[in-house]
Amino acid sequence: MTPEANLVNEDPLSKEAGKRRWLLLSPGLFIILFAAAGPLLIVLAYSFLEKGSYAGVVWNVSTEAWFNVFLEKDIFDDTVSFADAHLSIFLRSIKLALMATVLAFIVGFPTAYFIATRPARTRNIWLFLITIPFWTNLLIRTFAIMEIVRNEGVINTVLIKFGIIDQPIQMLFTDFAIAVGLLYVYLPLMVLPLYASIEKLDFRLLEAGFDLYATRWKVLKRVIFPLVKPGVIAGSILVFIPAIGAYVTPRVLGGGKNLMLGTLIEFQFGQGRNWPLGAALSVTLLAIVMIALIIYVKNTTSQNAHHG
Amino acid sequence: MPIMAEQTVGKPFSIITQPGFTAMATLCFILLYAPLIALVIYSFNAGESIAVWHGFSWRWYESAINNREIQQATVRSLQVAGFATLVSTTVATMAALATTRSKPFKGQTVVYALINQPLMVPEIVTAVALLIFFATIKVATGYTGMAYLLFAHAAFCIPFAYLPIRARLEGMDLTLEHAAADLYATPWNAFKQVTFPRLLPGILAGAMLAFVISLDDVVITLFVAGPGQETLPIYMIGQLRRIVTPEMNAVSSLFLLVSAILVSIFFVLNRKKK
Repeated sequence: MTPEANLVNEDPLSKEAGKRRWLLLSPGLFIILFAAAGPLLIVLAYSFLEKGSYAGVVWNVSTEAWFNVFLEKDIFDDTVSFADAHLSIFLRSIKLALMATVLAFIVGFPTAYFIATRPARTRNIWLFLITIPFWTNLLIRTFAIMEIVRNEGVINTVLIKFGIIDQPIQMLFTDFAIAVGLLYVYLPLMVLPLYASIEKLDFRLLEAGFDLYATRWKVLKRVIFPLVKPGVIAGSILVFIPAIGAYVTPRVLGGGKNLMLGTLIEFQFGQGRNWPLGAALSVTLLAIVMIALIIYVKNTTSQNAHHG
Repeated sequence: MPIMAEQTVGKPFSIITQPGFTAMATLCFILLYAPLIALVIYSFNAGESIAVWHGFSWRWYESAINNREIQQATVRSLQVAGFATLVSTTVATMAALATTRSKPFKGQTVVYALINQPLMVPEIVTAVALLIFFATIKVATGYTGMAYLLFAHAAFCIPFAYLPIRARLEGMDLTLEHAAADLYATPWNAFKQVTFPRLLPGILAGAMLAFVISLDDVVITLFVAGPGQETLPIYMIGQLRRIVTPEMNAVSSLFLLVSAILVSIFFVLNRKKK
């Protein structure tokens, strides 16, 4: 990545340079270890403890929390069954995150393509328009969606006014609202990597395809998609990861009943008063995200290897 | 918007244009902006409702600006974001100097993973981790002040400050630094007079991102902030439980304005590089 000329010469002072490097790195690494990365290990430890009667934990090693992530024991006859409540929330989280990802692709791909085929001068303006909503407060964007889909919101008001419906359609506090919200807040994360891929596309290849009597659909499927696949994977992962761990969107748009993993974890640390279970759920969420990240990293490194 | 003009009927066969893509892109931009525009419009509603239009008024802006809780939460948000920006940008600049323009070093992968950790781990997981960790420290030391919130914000702002600074550094070659060293400049003098002025746009861009990210944070703040340490987003999410009045729209619109200005500055700073 760095041009050859930029490399520091390995001079006799390199030992000193190495020392200086760690000195420069230490304050940043300290803050991250102290207030971000380090405490994650405590979460792992807590997932193997017993829950306290009020909140917190009792310092006894126990696998009960992990048992409760997927299974539950009947309080009357001790039979073990799948924990439907948790499994349905897992499934809902995965389903909604996937829905948001697919919808983001359907809307995002044509948009990225559109921007990439603009004259070079105006491309930055279009990109800027995509980026602006992304950098504005996530809570405010979710709040804006809430005002659109609520019973007294814009959609229902308009539909009633035109006599299409008599009663407002309940959209707020449904999975539909959450999916729309996730799509809305993470859409830019799909468009940007797709744009980066499409921008590099050699459009002469499309011409070659058409010369060989390919239809538009064939060219899209057989020429464009294979070439921009890295961008598609990158965009999908970038939408899926924050969507599956989302907290603000399901809390504001899903209400108290339509939980996702993020709101379920919060519940265990709040009203649920089951910290070990909350910790075990957090570790599970982290594991799902890590798997997605590994796919992402493998994809980008093979892409780099291909180009280099 | 001029985008619709792109596909006029009867044009010769275009290789690049895909049918329907322009329409979908138009829809995408409408989707992105319509909810925000509706939000801003209703902040000027004279009535109590966020659905029925009663005429134009500044009433909710006045009420928001005079709301004591909103004032306090805003000041606290700015203080936290100011501190987090200062600390994260400083340590991110140092880290960027240490990790760019050099051969791969031992432990590089771990360092990158740590610096980017806040980008990879879901916020809710970090929030829970900090809740547990800080609760333990609070019990052990009895200290319940703002430091927890300040350092949590500084930590998750580091990668956002680091990435633009690093990108800027990587685009700078070492010739001038070598020249400075040849002229007997100490490393500190070389940094101050040669590296720093050229790096400054990157540092400002990083600081801008860090500030926006800190201002916007909900999840980690919700778990870390103690009683009486509400930031503006925390105040807002608390209000959603009650009946929502256009006052929330007014606060949101002002917030949007600030973010949009900061991001625009970021774009201008980044563009000058090219």
